Amino acid sequence: MLIWASGEFPPWGDPNSPASLHVSPRYIEKTMEETSVPNAVTSVLADYRGYDTMFETTVIFAAGVSCFMLLRLFSGRERSSHHYRHILTGLTLRVRRKGKQLPELEEFEPMDSLWTPYDLILRTLCRFLIPFIQLFALYVIAHGHHSPGGGFQGGVILGASMILLAISQDMRSALRRIRERTLAIFSVAGVAIYAGTGALCLILGSNFLDYAALSRIFPVDPVGARSLGIFLVEVGVGIAVMATMIVIYHNLASEGFLDEGL
Amino acid sequence: MIWQLDLVILTLVVICGIGSLMIKDLLGAAILFGAYSFMMCVLWAVMGAVDVAFTEASVGAGVSTVFFVAAVFHTTRRTKD
Repeated sequence: MLIWASGEFPPWGDPNSPASLHVSPRYIEKTMEETSVPNAVTSVLADYRGYDTMFETTVIFAAGVSCFMLLRLFSGRERSSHHYRHILTGLTLRVRRKGKQLPELEEFEPMDSLWTPYDLILRTLCRFLIPFIQLFALYVIAHGHHSPGGGFQGGVILGASMILLAISQDMRSALRRIRERTLAIFSVAGVAIYAGTGALCLILGSNFLDYAALSRIFPVDPVGARSLGIFLVEVGVGIAVMATMIVIYHNLASEGFLDEGL
Repeated sequence: MIWQLDLVILTLVVICGIGSLMIKDLLGAAILFGAYSFMMCVLWAVMGAVDVAFTEASVGAGVSTVFFVAAVFHTTRRTKD
């Protein structure tokens, strides 16, 4: 029935279909003079339809929080045994006493229970690749005005690079780079940057998320201010999405213990 | 738009979609779902929606496949039904 109904749709790229008669031409024609953003998709997402994107970001944040609430195990709950390796001899040690961990010794390092010898090629290649992935993610976020991309895609790529670190090495070293507390702060801060930009416009005497008002405190004209506002918002989305993706992965892969993963 | 290319991609989308539902191995289903997402991404790109294709490639084919694999890793690999 769905396939039968889709036969009634206007053909692909039909200039007379209702969708391309009323709203779209206005966006396509006015985007450049109103926001000075060449990529119309970005300006529609972050400026004309700013509310939608803001609540999309909130949905992502809520998904991260619910994953955290469902999966994370808090203090007092831990694995029944811990594994340690003697660094010099490669001897492994298993401590089965619950709640009792070895003190932090220089000779022993904690290891995963499903530990496999590290693959040199894989580790080196991932270490080499991750900075480039992150650089590309920053480019995607910053260049969303001119090319496909933006905060959401860039944030996901940035998060994926940290997930790659957690997969290729181990979760402990990934968590040493970005701690859980930092991730939580980042995911809140991203949403707060978005909503804060909107609220700033409200304080400056315009509507919520009407970025033209930013020209009163930044040295740009109202058209440039809308471009600037879009950029601020994209940065907020990127930070929130990045932190949320990493939080979901860490909780999912370590069953909430946040010590060892895939 | 080349219709032969379009037809091949559409067929692959349908095959991957049905395959990921039919297959008994959950890990295989996750990988097939990633392939489905990637084919969908190619389809978006062919239709000219590059932003959507970008999102589909990064979220659908990239991160969500990793999430699925991480979830399958902590459960049984075979389904019962």
